[in-house]
Amino acid sequence: MTQPLERVQTSASERDLAIATRGLTKRFGARAAVDGIDLVVPRGSVYGFLGPNGSGKTTTIRMLLGLVRPSAGTSSLLGQPIPKGAQAVLPRVGSLVEGPAFHPYLSGRANLRRLDAADLAADPRTSRQRIDAALDRVGLLATAGKRYRAYSLGMRQRLAIAAALLMPRELLVLDEPTNGLDPQGTREVRHLVASLASDGTTVFVSSHLLSEVEQMCTHLGVMSDGRLVTQGSTFEVRGGAAPTARVLTDQPTVAARILSELGLNGVEAVPGGVRGTPDGVAPEKIVAALVEGGVGVKEFTVTSPSLEDLFVSLTGEGFDVSG
Amino acid sequence: MSAAEPVLADVPERGPGGRVPPSRWLSARLLRSELRLIAGRRRNQMGLLVLAAVPVLIAVAVRLSSPREGRGPDFLSSITSNGLFVPLAALGVELGLFLPLAIAMLAGDAVAGEANLGTLRYLLTVPVGRTRLLVTKYASLMIGALWGVAVVVLAGAIAGIALFGTGPMLTLSGTEISFGSAVWRVVLVSLYIAAGLAALGAVGLFISTLTEQPLAATVALMIFTILSWIADSVPQISWLHPWLLVDQWMAFGDLLRDPPFWDNIARGLWVDVAYAVVFGLLAWARFAGKDITS
Repeated sequence: MTQPLERVQTSASERDLAIATRGLTKRFGARAAVDGIDLVVPRGSVYGFLGPNGSGKTTTIRMLLGLVRPSAGTSSLLGQPIPKGAQAVLPRVGSLVEGPAFHPYLSGRANLRRLDAADLAADPRTSRQRIDAALDRVGLLATAGKRYRAYSLGMRQRLAIAAALLMPRELLVLDEPTNGLDPQGTREVRHLVASLASDGTTVFVSSHLLSEVEQMCTHLGVMSDGRLVTQGSTFEVRGGAAPTARVLTDQPTVAARILSELGLNGVEAVPGGVRGTPDGVAPEKIVAALVEGGVGVKEFTVTSPSLEDLFVSLTGEGFDVSG
Repeated sequence: MSAAEPVLADVPERGPGGRVPPSRWLSARLLRSELRLIAGRRRNQMGLLVLAAVPVLIAVAVRLSSPREGRGPDFLSSITSNGLFVPLAALGVELGLFLPLAIAMLAGDAVAGEANLGTLRYLLTVPVGRTRLLVTKYASLMIGALWGVAVVVLAGAIAGIALFGTGPMLTLSGTEISFGSAVWRVVLVSLYIAAGLAALGAVGLFISTLTEQPLAATVALMIFTILSWIADSVPQISWLHPWLLVDQWMAFGDLLRDPPFWDNIARGLWVDVAYAVVFGLLAWARFAGKDITS
């Protein structure tokens, strides 16, 4: 597995990074929840922060936002050191940390009003219109007057996203933003993230569900057991794993010989055929060689390994398994 | 990957880098929001009703049991010639339990309550500086203390005046003062008692930073209060009494002498200030560096 880390770090100075950490570590007692991670999140990226439950994603996010003090290492947001510069930089950062949390007996709108009142950087004169705009953006405007306790989990999640959007942000840190949303809501969040990203906002989104972030991320980082096992652009992370060519045929021995002769690596039998790693050999050449060799090709596919497979190989477990 | 353009160009009021304009440094929006939160909570409204019910109960009970004008003993009739004895009696009764309980509930909500709901992490990432949050929370507790006392006094004054009128007041020294100066005495008593409760609020705020369970903080502060009362009533440990927060609370009666006797009042206020400073600093020391994992 390639580690694109060095390349990114040398090409981008800290100022161009929305988030940068070095050796960031948090120990709870003897256990290291986060173990020396070096995050590199370029400005303008949509960074998928992946990992099984319990792999240290939320603890990392809490450290990034100054809620938890790191045991070792440093971190910076938008070029400001954390926690020292937190007060200066956090007004430009919207966040959703470990699920929504609001006062149950206040309405959705009253809850947002309270958060806006707490923000010294927020102009009280534009409070009402900013709150309405945020509510509108997440589709809660119609139910904004209801008490929070009457909200469904999906509505609560939307309200939390609205809170992150009360002010124009340069960076959004969204911890499991689609938790509890139905497929429709998940899609809306994906669209929202895409539209924010197209405005130039950097989005750092954590998830234990690969499928929901795979489609929207330009960059990926994968956590496993407190360590960052890989990170880089989605392309780089994917490129780390070689594609596989698979031939379904009734003459597997002949097919295997031809593939080996062509220079494919790791040729082996699979049920109903053979497979190998093309390693630069063009697929059309393989097919031509097979047909020339008199192999009856029933099916021929070249697939990059799915990210799912990749992550299972990186994290050593399924994505819904707690670490 | 192109670097993102800051999306803040349309917000002229905010300086570069999200800096806060100096005109907003002393903004009271958070405090107002805090007070609205306290006032809007049903439980607190019920609590105020209970606080207000006690003086009304006292007024009605005394009215029903007091002999008719002219035929009763001199002393009682001269007390009851002025309705303001009702709020004073009510304060004396409620200072033992109800008023500290009211503060304990607010203090429990202050930090532990927000931690329990999870709203604490969102306030801190707004961001609200931890010191600013504590100062705001403490300010709201002080206002809450004044609020509770004011409700008792106003309910008592209304009930008392309605049932007993606005005659001259008999001081504890046996002299009579006019209704007007009696009103001032009642205001002084209210402020003195509110100061004691505000000091108790500092203890409560500290306890509130220690736990994520608001009820635990409330109960702990009540235990602190009741233990203080008990210790204050045990003569064998009289050396401890001057250090107890509640020791001079009942000295508010000294304000009803003619002229007022200030020594105990001053001592009480010094103890209040000492408790507020010490526990305020403890709360800050605890909260400023705390990992927020709720």
